[in-house]
Amino acid sequence: MKAQSVAVIGVGQTAFRSRYDEMTYPELAQEAVTLALKDAGLQPEQIDAVVFSMAPTTFMGVADADKWAVDYAWARGKPFMRVHTGGATGGSAFQAAYSHVASGQYGTVLVVGADRITETPDAQFVLNLIWDAFYEQDFALNTVTMTALATQRYMHKYGTTEEQYANVVVRARRNALNNPSAHLKGEIDIAAVMNSKRVSWPYKLFDICPRSAGAAAVVITTEALARERCTRPAFITGTAGVSNTVFMGDRMGPAADTDFADYSELKQAARECYRQAGITEPMRQVQAVEIYDPFSSFQFPQLESLGFCESGTAQRLSDEGAFDMNGSLAVNPSGGTLCTNPIGVTGLVRAAEAARQVMGRSAAMQVKDVHNVVATAIGGSTQFFTVTMLSDEPRRAAAGA
Amino acid sequence: MSKSTPATPAHHVVHGEWHVRYNYPVGEVGARFFDALKEKRIVATRCSASGLTYLPPRAYCERSFEKCDGFVDAGGEGTIEAATIVSAAFDNLPPPPYAIAYVRLDGVSTAMVNFVRGMDLSDVPAAAAKLKPGTRVRVEFIAAPEGKITDFHYVLA
Repeated sequence: MKAQSVAVIGVGQTAFRSRYDEMTYPELAQEAVTLALKDAGLQPEQIDAVVFSMAPTTFMGVADADKWAVDYAWARGKPFMRVHTGGATGGSAFQAAYSHVASGQYGTVLVVGADRITETPDAQFVLNLIWDAFYEQDFALNTVTMTALATQRYMHKYGTTEEQYANVVVRARRNALNNPSAHLKGEIDIAAVMNSKRVSWPYKLFDICPRSAGAAAVVITTEALARERCTRPAFITGTAGVSNTVFMGDRMGPAADTDFADYSELKQAARECYRQAGITEPMRQVQAVEIYDPFSSFQFPQLESLGFCESGTAQRLSDEGAFDMNGSLAVNPSGGTLCTNPIGVTGLVRAAEAARQVMGRSAAMQVKDVHNVVATAIGGSTQFFTVTMLSDEPRRAAAGA
Repeated sequence: MSKSTPATPAHHVVHGEWHVRYNYPVGEVGARFFDALKEKRIVATRCSASGLTYLPPRAYCERSFEKCDGFVDAGGEGTIEAATIVSAAFDNLPPPPYAIAYVRLDGVSTAMVNFVRGMDLSDVPAAAAKLKPGTRVRVEFIAAPEGKITDFHYVLA
């Protein structure tokens, strides 16, 4: 079966911050829907189906709050589904919406989500509950400790320093100054990161994303409608996902077929995404990336596994400025997940920011001469990975489905 | 609370708490593992088709898709594959400081997480330097194991 070309024609996101006391959860989602429809120039009745991007229920304490959001997302009378793959939720929801249109089943699809992580002080306790109650839950695993473990392993493998991670934070906060929606932003230096409070070796507080509240929505449609509605649509030219065992300990040691330190699952996902999109030299053909980086250590292994550089070299390239806004690859012009993390929509924000780059609507964040932008999302026990390509031209027939 | 907005009055905030109880059967494979802990043994499952030995124990091998067909005792020592030291408190999780490590016990293909006890964690970078991947540790059982995963922990060998 040949997939039809699909494009993003509108994106909307609220500002992200600690709290949204002036509106409820579904009202927050509705805000993003309104913004995305306005950006796309569409009315609610022109949406054929809705995909809802929502991670663990327990952050809000309303079970499966996607139900609560149905009418607020103007999904009444339409097909509606929720997608949940932990931190990768937004990436998976975006890809599900893509499939809705690529398959020919629906013409125009809205993907929307909201999150508000600070309504419970127990967020990391909630995240501990993603592990089984028998073997792993007792050991204080959560997203911070889980990824600190991977980072310690990576540092040992490649000799990475804490300062090299701190430099990633400095770049992210600086980039975020150009992003009106970013939660954390500002000019800081490496010393400020190094002097922030130690949390879980090697992480200090500034190595860790904030807990954000906010919402995002994206409208995607067929090539025909996209050409009609949008002067420069962002075509979705590659979508790939890879999942792995919940047991992180299976991904370490000589018998492992992936390495926890490298997020090597992304190599597999990137290979498939690039095959679809006709990308053979990522560093030459891709101008910017919006990768999922809730911690300062997430950029290096991803950039390497996505094929932008050899394993163990991203840290040096980062130091040299290769991933700055004016470098050879603009990494997270928005400031990324390090500056803003509304977990259930973070992956969707990555895709939305990538689309805006291609559409030329990134304002102060805009990278010049953009043709292809990669968006990633990662979730679960670092076990769900999505890689999505946004491009200024539709997928070439030769690379078709 | 964002800096630009005034504090929300308390009567505009509804308090909620969840109290949900569960009872989780460990299953037949788990029962072998947890019963062995009471005898201060750690039992792994083995798949003869792939040659892989699993901790935590698994009913099926995810590589061969065959049923694990053997139980073997893991070594009492092992190698750190990843470790961290937590020095800040997370609400509703153990009080810091504590060290966590994934350790591949001798004779086992995969690594299993537990606390590393008996270390001075007051200087985090210094303690972290002692927990690098490749470091040898041994299993230490508590005096009276009850058949729970917390019956044992790791200590530096």
